[in-house]
Amino acid sequence: MLVGLWLAKNVNQVRGVMVTGASCLLALSVWLTIYFIQERAAGNTAEMLLTYSTPWFKPLNIAYSVGVDGISVVMLLLSSIIVFTGTFASWQLKPLTKEYFLWFTLLSTGVYGFFISTDLFTMFMFYEVALIPMYLLIGVWGSGRKEYSAMKLTLMLMGGSALLILGLLGIYYFNGIYSGNYTFELTTIAANHCIPGHIQNIFFPFIFIGFGVLGALFPFHTWSPDGHASAPTAVSMLHAGVLMKLGGYGCFRVAMYLLPEAAQDLSWIFLILTTISVVYGALSACVQTDLKYINAYSSVSHCGLVLFALLMMSQTAVTGAVLQMLSHGLMTALFFALIGMIYGRTHTRDIRELAGLMKIMPFLAVGYVIAGLANLGLPGFSGFIAEMTIFVGSFGAHPLSGDPNTSFRMVATIIACMSIVVTAVYILRVVGKILYGEVENKHFLELTDATWDERVAVICLIFCVAGLGSFPFWVSDMISPAAGTILESIGVM
Amino acid sequence: MFSYTIFIMLLPLLSFIVLGLAGMKMQHKVAGLIGTCSLGMVTILSYITAFQYFFGLDRVNGVYQTFVPYNFTWLPLGNLHFDLGILLDPISVMMLIVISTVSLMVHIYSFGYMHGEKGFQRYYAFLSLFTMSMLGLVLATNIFQMYMFWELVGVSSYLLIGFYYPLKPAIAASKKAFIVTRFADMFFLVGILTFGYFVDSFSFNFAGDIVMGQGTTPFIEGNLAKAVAAGGFIIPTALVLMFIGGAGKSAMFPLHIWLPDAMEGPTPVSALIHAATMVVAGVFQIARMFPLWIEYAPQAMSIVVWVGVITAFYAAAVACAQSDIKRVLAFSTISQIAFMMVALGVSLPGHHGAILDNHAQLGYMASMFHLFTHAMFKACLFLGAGCIIHAVHSNEMALMGGLRKYMPITHITFLISCLAIAGIPFFSGFSSKDEIITACMEYSPVVGWIMTGIAAMTAFYMFRLYYGIFWGTENKEAHAHHTPHEAPLTMTIPLIVLTVITVGVGVYTTIAGFAEWGGSFGSFVSAAGTDYTIHFNMQIAATSTVIAILSICLATYIYKGEQQPIADRLYATFPKLHRAAYKRFYQDEIWQYVTHRIIFRLVSTPIAWFDRHVVDGTFNFLAWGANEAGESIRSWQSGDVRQYAVWFITGSVALTLILLCI
Repeated sequence: MLVGLWLAKNVNQVRGVMVTGASCLLALSVWLTIYFIQERAAGNTAEMLLTYSTPWFKPLNIAYSVGVDGISVVMLLLSSIIVFTGTFASWQLKPLTKEYFLWFTLLSTGVYGFFISTDLFTMFMFYEVALIPMYLLIGVWGSGRKEYSAMKLTLMLMGGSALLILGLLGIYYFNGIYSGNYTFELTTIAANHCIPGHIQNIFFPFIFIGFGVLGALFPFHTWSPDGHASAPTAVSMLHAGVLMKLGGYGCFRVAMYLLPEAAQDLSWIFLILTTISVVYGALSACVQTDLKYINAYSSVSHCGLVLFALLMMSQTAVTGAVLQMLSHGLMTALFFALIGMIYGRTHTRDIRELAGLMKIMPFLAVGYVIAGLANLGLPGFSGFIAEMTIFVGSFGAHPLSGDPNTSFRMVATIIACMSIVVTAVYILRVVGKILYGEVENKHFLELTDATWDERVAVICLIFCVAGLGSFPFWVSDMISPAAGTILESIGVM
Repeated sequence: MFSYTIFIMLLPLLSFIVLGLAGMKMQHKVAGLIGTCSLGMVTILSYITAFQYFFGLDRVNGVYQTFVPYNFTWLPLGNLHFDLGILLDPISVMMLIVISTVSLMVHIYSFGYMHGEKGFQRYYAFLSLFTMSMLGLVLATNIFQMYMFWELVGVSSYLLIGFYYPLKPAIAASKKAFIVTRFADMFFLVGILTFGYFVDSFSFNFAGDIVMGQGTTPFIEGNLAKAVAAGGFIIPTALVLMFIGGAGKSAMFPLHIWLPDAMEGPTPVSALIHAATMVVAGVFQIARMFPLWIEYAPQAMSIVVWVGVITAFYAAAVACAQSDIKRVLAFSTISQIAFMMVALGVSLPGHHGAILDNHAQLGYMASMFHLFTHAMFKACLFLGAGCIIHAVHSNEMALMGGLRKYMPITHITFLISCLAIAGIPFFSGFSSKDEIITACMEYSPVVGWIMTGIAAMTAFYMFRLYYGIFWGTENKEAHAHHTPHEAPLTMTIPLIVLTVITVGVGVYTTIAGFAEWGGSFGSFVSAAGTDYTIHFNMQIAATSTVIAILSICLATYIYKGEQQPIADRLYATFPKLHRAAYKRFYQDEIWQYVTHRIIFRLVSTPIAWFDRHVVDGTFNFLAWGANEAGESIRSWQSGDVRQYAVWFITGSVALTLILLCI
């Protein structure tokens, strides 16, 4: 529906094509969002809008079926913003520009495809399409220990995929057995709702962990620091900004939607893991010295919060989780873009070697401060509304059947709240160290501030973060009914 | 009615956006004028609001009504919702006056003080941001909005403390201020979550009927009943958690450590944020939640009292030994805010049923009154200190002395403010402090006498400061290359205005208090919203005045002369005590130890190590294992047909045997 239009023609004017393509995508997503809001306002209450389905492998009932609800619309919007700004952020990338953008495009195709599919198999296929280019993008255009990181990242994510395919086949097979209708169609399986609880309990962990690897679930997050540290700027942006959201989205859309009883029974185990992710990621970030490592651990913490909120299974918390995906996507992209720009100039990401950047490159430094404040949840930026929605939603979440005791969810929320302090610690530590103070390295004095293409990327992202933070209600109104519909079908509302 | 109040918040926001986006290209004067003019308009609007609110409306049954001119849902949160709006009641209108007045004075003063500084525009942008956030905080219609603006004032404070960002102490101080208050805010947040969950509302409409446009919303007693049913400890717990947040912002012991360091910021900022407005946010928060405290958590109020008493004493003791004038004022601020806390804490219901009897009224009123008067005279003291620092280019008392000849206006205004804080009749501090002590005496004589003692210490250290700056030996060496001079007009006018307020309020309330006239502070702000007539208890008033005068005499005796033999002898006799007080009883070191040694070294570092070596190691080990396995299997794929044949035959034989056995 949205993609594949502009894949082929990347010839000489790669940048031109890329910008046109990315702008088209952005325009399309904005159009889609507006269309969606209008439809909903007009009273169209169908679960999925803009559905389209065509079978492509009859014997197994695999269909290319797509459709969007409020959650996928905002995820598509997010992806478009990141692709758009990512293009500007990698403007000056030198070797093999064309190939780079080709893979980059393929990666985004996978992402778009994933968010719009409503067929499990198609979804999985797009998921793989999004993962493979990663290996090349990091391995070829990366920095540092790039081969090691690329290999590690790919292997771990592939390991996740292996679990995932097992889980998906399990759902397909048992749904077929009990309902007599073998299908990969997401909504149909959910509507059938016929897989018995003990079988769900077997496959839920497969799928949740499978997606959880991508969503940086503790202890399967270790690809993230190395991967991000080695990846080129735009890839880091897209990866942390969008790809990690595939995990959260998948967990909710597949694991919890299709295996509701298991989700209720087992969510407490994963809730413990995600609570650990949240606090552990933040604490680890406090002592890192590489800017990208700090952000990678910060992502572990923030994405942990996404999964945490999803598992709370209350409408408000799930809405918060999607807001957090959106907000974290934008903020991290902003962060990685800025880090990439700083690294491109100073050739170091070690905070011990950097100081006084505020004097040398005020634009980037101010951008960094804003990104930092957004990240630590300053009101007026998106982080605040996402975190507050999550905390309010989680604190009031109803205890579920599997919980060890009734106030379990409350306690978990209180522990997760601790992350807001630790986040402030690691953000301010970096800001104080690298931006403020006197310039220590005299060579840095010759460095220049941001170029126009970099400014476009940074301003665009800051605008989005502040816009979402100042006017949260329209996004929240889009997400909340979608979350409500799904939770109702799960039966926790 | 009151629909113009929205501009009170929008104007500073607008000026922040304009200055933030385009400020760097503006001339200093233009930027300053934009900030000051918008603030001037805010001040005018605030005064109109106050006038209309207090004099233009009829009270219903003698009670001031609460108005909500604006309230809209900003973010829906399931059955709860996060609103933004404006709420006008006596305390928020009183705070409007305090904030806009002090902020305007600081804006004007900064023209002179920050003249020629790099980043002048940035400074005004941050001041606008701060003013907007602080106004949003006091006008909040619900606890969540309060929290939101609470965070915003925190960040403006962070940005302003770190204004001189190339300097290491400023960076460290700004970071510390933000993190310490954030730590406290975490408790505040949990308190809000608890409150919201059990009460099903974040709104402040528990205090009575709220007029929203035309309709009225009833008292949310039904919701509170749910919380009470869930356990009597729920509301007290939530309130105490919120109090911890307030204690962080209001620098209560042991979360006070950020405030003295915050003095690294520009002095006008200290006057505005760290003396008059932001630091009293905690007091304001308790005053806001007061109906709940008194109704559902009267026992928990003793926590507020004792935290306040300890802080007041501790800060007063430390203030006696500091040598940096801004630090003395900072500790004095901590001590005075603690007075306000204590006053709130001692307003207990007299007996069951009669919730807001005279007694409860007194403490609450005294606290708000002290908040008002303190904001004025402490801002004046800080701005005066700014003039002095401007003149001698140092914060150290040792480099001052004898300045009264050079800076007459600063001298007089500073002296008047010192008299006010010491509690001398006819100055504003007297009336409010006397009410606080009366309330404490009624609560318990022990607390009352402790507070009287601390008030005496206040008079002592303030006059130690005063004599150290304006009397004593002139430091010829420091003045050799440059004679101190009086500050420019932009800086002295705010001093004069604030002094006039201090004296005016002081004279009127003192006379009104003795003569039992109406129209004093209590007529406007009181716990029940009714007219409360202040009348002094003669005994207490006389005692505290005599004690204050005695300690001023003592300070005069010790510190006024050119030589200070008694002071020197005291230092020599108790070197350890002096050292400990100077070092603030090692509070900072303890916190430093906890954060650096324990959290960084013993928690974060091991976690990071664990992550890289254990968790990551496991996966690397798996990868290594797979690799090794691959390596070892690889030899099997040798391409050697004979080897394959051997395996094939062995396998077939084994299979046949197995099948046979079965």
